[in-house]
Amino acid sequence: MEFLLAILIGGLFAAAIYMILRRSIIKLIIGLSFLAHAANLLIFTLGRVIRGKAPLIEEGSKHITEAVADPLPQALILTAIVISFGVTAFTIVLIQQVYQSVGVDDSDKLKASDQ
Amino acid sequence: MNALIVAPIVFPLILGLITLSLWQNRKMQEIVNIAGSVIMLVISLLLLNTVLDNGILVSQIGNWPAPFGISIVADTFSAIMVVISGIMGLAISIYSVSSMKSKFVLSDMLQKRRQFGYYPLLNIMYMGINGAFLTGDLFNMYVWFEVLLISSFILLALDGTRLQIEGTFKYVTINLLSSAFFLTGVGFLYSLTGTLNMADLAVRIPQVENQSMITVIAMFFLVSFGIKAAIFPLFFWLPSSYHTPPISISAIFAGMLTKVGVYSLIRVFTLIFINDIAYTHTIILWLSALTMFVGVLGAASQYDMRRILSFHIISQIGYMIFGLALYTPLAIAGAVFYIMHHIIVKANLFLVAGLVRRVGGSYDIRKVGSLVNTYPFLAVLFLIPALSLAGIPPLSGFWSKFFVVKAALELQEYFLVFVALLVGLLTLYSMTKIWNEAFWKNNPEKIPAKELVAGLFSKQNIFMTIPIILLALITLSIGFYPEPFYQIADRAAHELMNPSIYISKVLGGAQ
Repeated sequence: MEFLLAILIGGLFAAAIYMILRRSIIKLIIGLSFLAHAANLLIFTLGRVIRGKAPLIEEGSKHITEAVADPLPQALILTAIVISFGVTAFTIVLIQQVYQSVGVDDSDKLKASDQ
Repeated sequence: MNALIVAPIVFPLILGLITLSLWQNRKMQEIVNIAGSVIMLVISLLLLNTVLDNGILVSQIGNWPAPFGISIVADTFSAIMVVISGIMGLAISIYSVSSMKSKFVLSDMLQKRRQFGYYPLLNIMYMGINGAFLTGDLFNMYVWFEVLLISSFILLALDGTRLQIEGTFKYVTINLLSSAFFLTGVGFLYSLTGTLNMADLAVRIPQVENQSMITVIAMFFLVSFGIKAAIFPLFFWLPSSYHTPPISISAIFAGMLTKVGVYSLIRVFTLIFINDIAYTHTIILWLSALTMFVGVLGAASQYDMRRILSFHIISQIGYMIFGLALYTPLAIAGAVFYIMHHIIVKANLFLVAGLVRRVGGSYDIRKVGSLVNTYPFLAVLFLIPALSLAGIPPLSGFWSKFFVVKAALELQEYFLVFVALLVGLLTLYSMTKIWNEAFWKNNPEKIPAKELVAGLFSKQNIFMTIPIILLALITLSIGFYPEPFYQIADRAAHELMNPSIYISKVLGGAQ
């Protein structure tokens, strides 16, 4: 299972970098969301994909007795998803402003601030 | 002691909320912000004082013991950075009183936009900056980076002009790339060691079997923090975006944001990734030499003051990374001292550029001239930080370069010392170019007088001149009396070179 996920994550990273290097601005943003998805899936896979129960200890005992899922990578991924959601919302409004300024969906037109 | 460590993070948040609620009334926003930044500076000085008296201060959030909870750690290096961010906050908040009320701002809508967004976002950015300095947990550092990044995105695009939108676009995309790399590195690190608390990582990493994987993760962090710190070859977003926003925003970005990246690099490469120093720090050494050199060469062809200064940020970051890569106590003390001196000098130079725009009419130094005749005091105020940047004694830049170069000579890195001194010479060339064009040569008379705002101490400009004078005084005092500053930097370097002090304080007896 981890093998399949690793191939998927590798494919997502490759797709992300391919899209980021495109000329069109909207494809760049899609590439950035691929990148975020790949990073999140990576954290998920690295948290050991096992059939585990919820990490709760029964009343009275002091130790975990059976295989439980690791809650920390899930918390990390949730935080990362929420942060990237906020940033993506900002980025989409930003590229809408870029489109209003430039008129075409072409990142080669954005050279004025490099001069 | 608990409240004092968390105060630099919580207080700017409260200040941001108060200034947001006052968005209808700009005067109250300014007053509240200045008062708030004075209190913030006092809090940070108290924190530094307590750290110097009592050693490293640790606070566990929610009283969860480390390494299970998130620790907020104030060691000497963090406390120094929080104090400098307090000083910068005060300088920028006084400067903004004049500079954000520019009569060159076009419309009422833009004024409203600035009122709504500028002060609250500035304070949220300070919260993110202080959070990144004070945290002891790697993922918490990611969260504070994002807080600081989002507020900087919005501040960068504040006026909505074409140039700003373009600059923000480049800044946003490259920083999102950096965040994704950070997450990847964090994920790998968690799977190998099972923890993300920095002190616990320092304990667990030597016990990992696959040490070469740790070096790979170190490279992920080098790229991620390197993008933020603008080292070679990851710095190209900086000259494309830092010259676009209003000048007070440029100044705070130039002073603080790249130094958060440098802080993280120093923290991570002295505490966590010290298993393979021959490899990682050699890479950082050569990157620093290239950063210094390419940065200053980029400045040579520019004529916009802000773009020249943006390239100089990159070159000076090279010196700080140089100190980190040499990895001796003197070198790291030199790097910390360099950060202290540079933030103040660089922000000061941006503030002077803003004042030159006000009284001279343009950021383009070809269009201004003869300022040494019309405003001799401004010429003095420019020369102090400019010569300090170039490293002329007895200003603060000389001492910073001296420590770093001496540490390099002790390690017999003669070629790199040659590069560092050559870059100092080229920095001097660049500063004298600004001096010649903007101050010394005759006024080309291309700018009509009605576009200038006359007088350094006039009602419109006084609030711009005051923080420049304050920062210049700090530069002079570091230059003429560097001993106490060096002692603090040396103490910070001692703690950084001996991570066991940090680890034992954070993990306590729970090892």
